[in-house]
This record gives sequence, C-alpha cells and structure tokens, in this order.
Amino acid sequence: MKILNSTEFVIACVLVAAMVLIGLVNPAFWGFDNLFSLAKSNVVIGIMALGVLLVMISGGIDVSLPSFAVAALYIVVRAMVELNYDGVLLPFIAAALIGLVLGAFNALIIERFRMIPLIVTLGTASIVRGLLLGLMGASIVNINKMPKELIAFGKHDLVTVQAANGASYGLTAMVLVYLGLAVAMHLVLRYTMIGRSVYAYGTDAESARRAGFNTRRTIWFVYCTAGLLAGLAGMLHTSMIWQANPRDFQGLELDVIAAVVLGGASIFGGRGSVLGTLIGVFMLVMVKNSLILLKVDTTWQRVVVGMIIVTATAITARRDRRKLA
Amino acid sequence: MSDYLIELKNIGKRFGGVRALEDVSLAIRPGEIHCLAGENGSGKSTIIKVMSGIYTPDEGEIVIDGEPVGRLDPIRAVGHGIQVIYQDFSLFGNLTVAENLALNTYLLEGRSRMDWHRAHEMARDVLARIGVAIDPDAEVGSLPTSGKQIVAIARAILARARLIVMDEPTTALTRHEVEALFTIVRDLKAQGIAILFVSHKMREMLEISERLTVFRNGRKVAEGAMRDFDEATITHAMTGLDLTDDPYRPEIPDGPPLLEVTGLSVPGTVERVALSLRPGEIVGISGLIGSGRTELARALFGMEPRMTGEIRLDGRPARPRSVQEAIARGIAYVPEDRLTEGLFLPQSIERNLVVSILDRLRRGLFLDRRAVRARTAEMFAAMQIAAPSPETPAGNLSGGNAQRVMLGRWLLTGARVLILNGPTVGVDVGSKATIHRIIRDLATRDGLAVLMISDDVPELVTNCNRIHVMHRGRFVAELAGAEMTETRINDTLKTLT
Repeated sequence: MKILNSTEFVIACVLVAAMVLIGLVNPAFWGFDNLFSLAKSNVVIGIMALGVLLVMISGGIDVSLPSFAVAALYIVVRAMVELNYDGVLLPFIAAALIGLVLGAFNALIIERFRMIPLIVTLGTASIVRGLLLGLMGASIVNINKMPKELIAFGKHDLVTVQAANGASYGLTAMVLVYLGLAVAMHLVLRYTMIGRSVYAYGTDAESARRAGFNTRRTIWFVYCTAGLLAGLAGMLHTSMIWQANPRDFQGLELDVIAAVVLGGASIFGGRGSVLGTLIGVFMLVMVKNSLILLKVDTTWQRVVVGMIIVTATAITARRDRRKLA
Repeated sequence: MSDYLIELKNIGKRFGGVRALEDVSLAIRPGEIHCLAGENGSGKSTIIKVMSGIYTPDEGEIVIDGEPVGRLDPIRAVGHGIQVIYQDFSLFGNLTVAENLALNTYLLEGRSRMDWHRAHEMARDVLARIGVAIDPDAEVGSLPTSGKQIVAIARAILARARLIVMDEPTTALTRHEVEALFTIVRDLKAQGIAILFVSHKMREMLEISERLTVFRNGRKVAEGAMRDFDEATITHAMTGLDLTDDPYRPEIPDGPPLLEVTGLSVPGTVERVALSLRPGEIVGISGLIGSGRTELARALFGMEPRMTGEIRLDGRPARPRSVQEAIARGIAYVPEDRLTEGLFLPQSIERNLVVSILDRLRRGLFLDRRAVRARTAEMFAAMQIAAPSPETPAGNLSGGNAQRVMLGRWLLTGARVLILNGPTVGVDVGSKATIHRIIRDLATRDGLAVLMISDDVPELVTNCNRIHVMHRGRFVAELAGAEMTETRINDTLKTLT
C-alpha cells in the first residue's frame, strides 16, 4: 500500500500514539481549553515552518526567520504607534514586505556568492536582531499602547466553548490564516513548475540547471517567500499577544527546524511536504505544551527540542540514504 | 536531401595551448548505430560537446540535414534532435519517473503549471514505445541503474531525439541488462533514431554497432564499417600499440595454500563457499551483481561481522573480525567503487598511498616525513602513476591511475592476499593493460595470491589461472585450463536463473 508507506502516514501514527499517551498521563490534555490553546500555539511557528520547509526542500536551511519576524512586527507596530495609525490590512502588508525584503537579502547573498545557506542566515539573523535593537531601542510596546484594531483582530474566535465553571474558551480565527497559507503552499509546491523546481533544485542543483530550470529564480523565490511568511507570522504573533517585544522569538529557529524535520523533510533536500510539516508542527507544540502541563522546567524543554531534532534528522537521513543507495 | 543526419567537418578545438581536436570529421546517418571509440583524452568528450552545442569549435563546419548550421548552442542542438545521455543521467532521484519525463517538455513549452495527468500519459506512452514496464509513479532513485538509463532514454525520445549520444552506457550494467539495452537500441534504430555509442568496451561495440570511428590524441585514426574491424585492430587504432593478451598460465608449485576458506557464509548473501589460493595464483570470480561476490570479498576483508565459517592463512586460523585485523594479517581489498569506497579525492596521491601504513611511519607522536616521502616515491615509480607529482590530488587522476594508487596503497601494507573487485571498471584500454601487467607481476614475482572479481569475462579469462562462477551465494562451477573460455563462462552465466 502506497499510503501506508508514506512518511506522512508514519508521522500521523506517531502523533496519534503520542496524543493517546499524553492523554492517559494527563486527562486535562483533552480539555477544550488545552486543545484550543494548542491550536493557537501552532499558528506562528507553523507559518514560519512553511517557510523553512520551502528552504529545506531546496536543499538549504534557514535560521533567520524568527529574527525577520521580530523585525517586521516591531518596526510596523512602532511605526503605527509613532504615526498614530490604527488598522489591520496595511500593517500586515507592510510586515510581509519587510520580511520579503530581508528574505531577498538572503537570496542575494546565497545566489550571487554561492554561499552555504546556514552560514548566510546565521549571519543575517544576527545582523537584523542587532540592527533592530541598536536603531530602534529595546522598549516593549505594551497592551496600553498597542493599536486597538490589531488587538481586536487577534481576538477573533471561530467557536467558543463554555466550561462548567463559567469560563469560556475560544478557538482563535488565526488558525484559518495558517491553514489558508498551508493550502496555498501545498498547491504551489505540487502544481506549479516553480514549486517543482524547488524539489528539482534540492535533489540535484546541477541537473536542474541542465534540465533548463531557471535556478536563480528558484533561489529567489524560496528565500523571498520564506521571508514574507516570517513577516506575516510576526504580525499575527503581535496581534495575538497584544505586545511587541524586540527581544521576542529567542531560540525559536530551533523549534521551527525541529518541527519541519519531524514532519519528514529531508536535510539533504528534495523531499518534504506541507501535510507532514503541519503534523510535525503540531507534534512539537504538543510536546512542549505537555512539558509545561507536567511542570517541567523551561531549561529542560531545550533539551527535549534538541533531542527531537537529532532523532528526527537521524531517522529521515537513514530513510533517504537507503533510497539514494 | 543529404545522406547524413549530422556531419562534423574538419573540426578543430583548442583549450589554451592544448589542441583537443585537430581536423576531425565525423558523420552519422539517420537510424544508424555508430560507435565512437578512443581512450581517455582522445577527444571523445570534446566532440560530443561540440555536437551538443556546449563548445563552439575553432575551426570546421557542422552540417545537419545537408545544411550548414553555423554556430550551435545547446538549445538549438536539442531543436535539431540531438540528445546526449551522460553517465550520471542527470535525473532527479527524489522525483517520480513521470515527473522526470515530463519536466523537460514542460520547461521547453514554458509552462508554469505542473500537469500531473498529462505527465502520466506521456510517461505511459513513451515507456510503451520503448517496450518496458516501469511504474510511472516509482521514484527514480529507487530504480536500478538500468532503469535509470531507460528513463534517460525515454526522456530523450520525448524531446524528439533523432540522434541519441550515449556516454559509456554499459559500464554499470550486468550482461543481462546490456542485452536488454541493445534490444531497445535496435528498436529505436527501427524507428529511425540514430545512436552514437561512446565506449571503450570493444566486445560490446562489435556486437551492436554498424559503423565505427576511432579517435586518438584529438585526431581521427580510423573509421569504417564494423565488419571490417576486430578487437585487435580497434585496440591498435585506439592505442597505437599492439597489445596482445596472452593468457596467464603460470606454473604453480605444489604446496600448501596461502589462503584457505571453508564453509564461509554471510546470512542472506553467501552460502558455504570454499576457496583456496596458493601463492602466485590469480583466481577469478564471475557472477552477476547480487550473486554474493562483493559480500564474499567484504567478508574476507573483515567487513561482514555476521560471517561464519573458517578462514586460514598459512594453515593457521585467521578469520578477521575487523578491517584492521585483515590488514594486519596481510589481506588487501581494492573495492569495486574505488572513488567512493577507497580514495580520498581532495587529498594528495602521497597521502592516499601511505594512509594504510601511517602507524609504521610514525616516530613518536609525529610522522617521519622522510620515510613517507621515500615509500611514496618507491610506489609512485613501481605503479607507474602518471601524474605531475605525488602532491597532485587523487581526484585529478584518470580511472587507470586512480586504480594504481589504490593498488600501491595496499602493496605498501605488505599484503600477501590481494582481493580485487572490478579492477579495471572505467579504465581505458592502455591503462588496463598496464594494470593487468602489474597484477601478474605481483603474483609471479612477489608471490601474492590474487582473487579477482570482475564483470569483464575476457579480463578474467586472460588474467586468471582458475575461475569460479558464483550464483546466489554459491560457487556453481569451477573452470581451469582449456575449459576456461569466454564462451564457456558466458554460457554458464546465461543458464543460471
């Protein structure tokens, strides 16, 4: 059976098993409040994961997206506060554009100087974070100064559930944005030639060039799209937590990469799917969330994320080597 | 209308001061199977690149369908129906057969949408036209080499090829797969597609080609109908030398065997193999890929931990549990794929040579540079390695020279049993003869026992004094003396199922 052999099916099985196990240890896991909060935590990391997925299929890796996201959200919110502007659509477009420009910077260096993406994005991540704090200061924009319409936008719920004690829990509507972007990414990857060029480039860059793909365009597409997604993720984040903190997202790049690798994308490039990534993101967020529920210290959470990266990479690498051999 | 599909007239091409091609002409008729032969550096690859528009010749003229075409570039060459299949196939291993086949067409048509339905139809049609059953949904990376080659051929057909150039197409194929390829090629010929084989496997050329062109040192040295040539005349044309292969029939003194193997098994691949080698013997193993021949070699070299059975050296039990033990006991192994399993390509020849004996060249914590240099110089000369200096990176060497470095490395360890797996795969005729001579010298002069595993039956027949035929992990036949002929071995291989 083809479906039974697919990576996505295997990950989904692992996910279901993990959910059952966590539910047994902690019945509160299946509560609406917990599930809704889980879904909410998926949105920001998930959108960045879509960007990293694209980069990983192309054979690269990107650790700059959380920095780009924070730059986009902070610049836009500060500008809104300074200009006394309130609104939703324009700030989101601005944040997406900031992300895109920063992504284009990655693309420029990687494509023009044929540099290793890991090193380039490590560098740009540090540059952007440093510039942001240096030029814009480190003051946090709090709820009292946050643009009201952004907060209102972030408060939209799809459904609300009334708990027995009278408290109500809502499923944020932001998951629609996330799922919409995921569907769009899936369609682009599967049904457009630019999407297929990413797979081809990640499998064998030289052959892709020989086959007649415009591989320079592929690289630009990959890193610009990733940057754009980071900008959107940042903006969603700020409107959901009603705060803009230029020091936010520290260490998130590891979580994002862990999620994508968990989702079955290959570190060698050429392999990976949106469905797998969605599952990978959910699994990672769930594990971290359960650690919190179990009152595990945040320091130990880093250990778990690290272990997930190493284990998942080892398993997918083993799978891919066997296929290549 | 011209008689020829493509004519290259008086082509000259130089790179810097080096003349790669000098006044070379090559003409190919529609639907003919043509063979281009020549050693490495003879200009074969250069002329292919001229034909496919990658290189622009300095002199001469290209005529297609009787019309001079002027400057050819890769896109125009494809437009004229010229397709080149390189040895690496340029396929995408992670993508399916259907997608690999459709991508080029879609790119050519400038599409931005990936039409999976049409990709499947195209794949089914073209695979049916070649007459092979390959699942269009299979990932190309999971196909065997022969399958990848078929996909590459199918892709060329989809690009409306009228001439398919194939670079060393039979190198990685078994005898069976070569025959299947030839069936496809004859079929393509019947459909009016011309084939240009670029190869140095003469026996296969003689079998399939109708016409032959031979290059040497950038010049054309022979051409004509294949029936006017035989192996000796082709070799002579390629090398400019008379290379005669007198068979290796040494006087082996009666005595105890150097290496004795009984009941050797590796679960799933090798079953109860018995083998004995005396000093000075070269024993061949013939068998298809998957017959267990490589696992047998690996077991003798301590690389198969699950091995059972007995291995004796000089009558003493000597089953190696690791590569280190095997080396210490005087067993050496030159693997099939020396490039991936053996040589450190970016490192110098010197480092590649001495890597197995670093322990012995130590003085205290450091290497004794003078000893390193002395041992290197000795081997460099003995193996007749053609390179500017021992400092040259191994990756710059031709196949034949790379193989000699590998041999040299093992001889430095003082090996007494030499296991060779495909010793001359990808090596040109001239180098091949040198390697064979070195191996024979090692056996007769230095008293080494050699086990030679090869797909190349003629190579085994001329260089071994005994041959085992291996199939499904067992030795199914042993041939020696007069019964050791090519026909006999090929017949044995063909009857195996």
